[in-house]
Amino acid sequence: MGKTLFDKIWDSHVVVSKAGFPDAVYINTHFIHEVTSPQAFDGLRKRGIPVFRTAKTRATADHNVPTIDQHLPIKEALSRKQVEMLTTNTKEFGVELYGLGHPYQGIVHVIGPELGITLPGMTIVCGDSHTSTHGAFGAIAFGIGTSEVEQVLATQCILQYRPKRMKIEVNGKLKKGVVSKDIILYIISKISASGATGYFVEYAGEAIRSLSMEARMTICNMSIEMGARGGLIAPDETTFEYIKGREFAPKGAEWDKALAYWKTLYTDADATFDEVLTFDAADIEPMITYGTNPGMGIGVTQHIPTLESMEEKEKPSFKKSLDYMGLEPGAGLLGKKVDYVFIGSCTNSRIEDLRMVADFVKGKKKADDVVVWIVPGSKQVEAQAKKEGIDKIFEAAGFSLRQPGCSACLGMNEDKVPAGMYCISTSNRNFEGRQGPNARTFLASPLSAAAAAITGKVTDVRELV
Amino acid sequence: MSKTFQHLVSTAVPIAIENIDTDQIIPARFLKATTRDGFGENLFRDWRYESNNEPKKDFVLNNPIYKGEILVAGKNFGCGSSREHAAWAIGDYGFKVVISSFFADIFKNNALNNFILPIQVTDEFLDKIFSAIEKDPAAKLEVDLEKQTLKIAATGEEARFDINPYKKTCLINGYDDIDYLLSLRKEIESYEASREFNF
Ligand code: SF4
Repeated sequence: MGKTLFDKIWDSHVVVSKAGFPDAVYINTHFIHEVTSPQAFDGLRKRGIPVFRTAKTRATADHNVPTIDQHLPIKEALSRKQVEMLTTNTKEFGVELYGLGHPYQGIVHVIGPELGITLPGMTIVCGDSHTSTHGAFGAIAFGIGTSEVEQVLATQCILQYRPKRMKIEVNGKLKKGVVSKDIILYIISKISASGATGYFVEYAGEAIRSLSMEARMTICNMSIEMGARGGLIAPDETTFEYIKGREFAPKGAEWDKALAYWKTLYTDADATFDEVLTFDAADIEPMITYGTNPGMGIGVTQHIPTLESMEEKEKPSFKKSLDYMGLEPGAGLLGKKVDYVFIGSCTNSRIEDLRMVADFVKGKKKADDVVVWIVPGSKQVEAQAKKEGIDKIFEAAGFSLRQPGCSACLGMNEDKVPAGMYCISTSNRNFEGRQGPNARTFLASPLSAAAAAITGKVTDVRELV
Repeated sequence: MSKTFQHLVSTAVPIAIENIDTDQIIPARFLKATTRDGFGENLFRDWRYESNNEPKKDFVLNNPIYKGEILVAGKNFGCGSSREHAAWAIGDYGFKVVISSFFADIFKNNALNNFILPIQVTDEFLDKIFSAIEKDPAAKLEVDLEKQTLKIAATGEEARFDINPYKKTCLINGYDDIDYLLSLRKEIESYEASREFNF
């Protein structure tokens, strides 16, 4: 019987498989950042062991970094300490670091692909749940905890049980104003924040195939928000085209060899999945979340569910969530005033996202009472945006392009949304306090966020494109 | 944090909320420490304290009636960020067991790697535990890892739980994954040598 893409990659990375034990799986690339690595390096020190394969680990500083005046020392003492610790640790253990000021610095899931480090057929881990982003290239990529970071540093392997396999097919074509972020918010709203727990997802179908690499990354990025271990998409011409010529991508004869291998990376026609879900792209409208987990999403013209439509058991959590958001069951969101707009994060901070926003806001002006933060995913995205004059378009519209980092996605630096304020955000999590204590988050696409920046309220972007 | 787990009898702290994500367990702004200790102080920080650091009276951790080494929570516990700090905070606070009717994958691994036992029970059994505690906050639960059972002492009702045999051995004996992986050094090196595409 044929194999799924996931199994092909997994099987070729199993070092030891023993009954009753999890598989020891070899890891090709390990990304680390300042927040989840200090305790892992400490662990190595305590055991008196080195990093086993230094060349397979790359580090960057992203979670804590300020997004203005990056040339100055970080003001916040604890953030500064964590970033400095990463510098010390990577130096001591011989790991390559793209730290603040480095032309490759940026959000870890943005830089891996853009540098050509992320390749089809790889196994990739990082102490960050959105590592699933890299799955867009046909890689097995997933987030791990700090003890596991230590495992991988120490042995280049990780102990894992093989997850179940799920296929999610999105057929048909997207409608105008609907983009890849809407696809994934739609899927999560249908299957809930835990709907894919225990599974590794393969995305397929015409609507997925026709997406660019950057749009595919947005989809894979949010796999974790439905509980999946990760998500991947079989590589194709779009993938190869994207990788070719990038800094660390194979070149010359190596490229030809790699390409021949990558072309074998697809799910065989007779392979079976543990679960298959099918959606139609034409059913998807611009999405927005109203609650405090990413599964609580609706089409922008729809209404929040009523209390009566909930199961008894779900009611307390649902009520708590809406209280936090200051919203009523059954209400619509169109026209709701927003205070902040955040365009950034590893979900939507790539050059294509910024281009999409720039195209839309060109010649328009931001609403007076909205604060807009646009945070590029990396130094390279920032440089490219400037080269294309995107920063000027933003300035003319009353926005500014900040410097790269995670920023208001999790508010570990100064970019926090104040208590009680509404922020429409292109990031991936609307949890309580995620963007700052008592901040209220609406997740949406870059296009919908840009529309809100112009109108100052939740807007159906289809009316403006 | 103790490095073994076998048997525990304790009262429990109930939080009947579903989808408790790791941002609630430990908000991101407390992730700046560079050691594993001290996270318990900020466990459930924003549910536990007002912004002026006054304890919120209605939150269960601030209610002296409820204490113990077992946390009981609603479905899909530990979803969201992969931060192991969530498990450290729970362990540092003093919990050894977390019971829910569903756990997020990464949280489950992180908990086990820190010798905290996540016990998954059915929705029905979870309800029974919640109502036993509601009736009597001093109700005791008994966990036997060897037999893989969880008992509500007052009613004698018992549920069996699953745990993979490898992790069970690790918990009972205090081994960790790194010890095991380090013992595979030879296999890892010969795997590397055998791969044409070891990027
Ligand atoms: S942008 Fe947000 S989700 Fe992505 S890596 Fe940074 S903190 Fe995590």
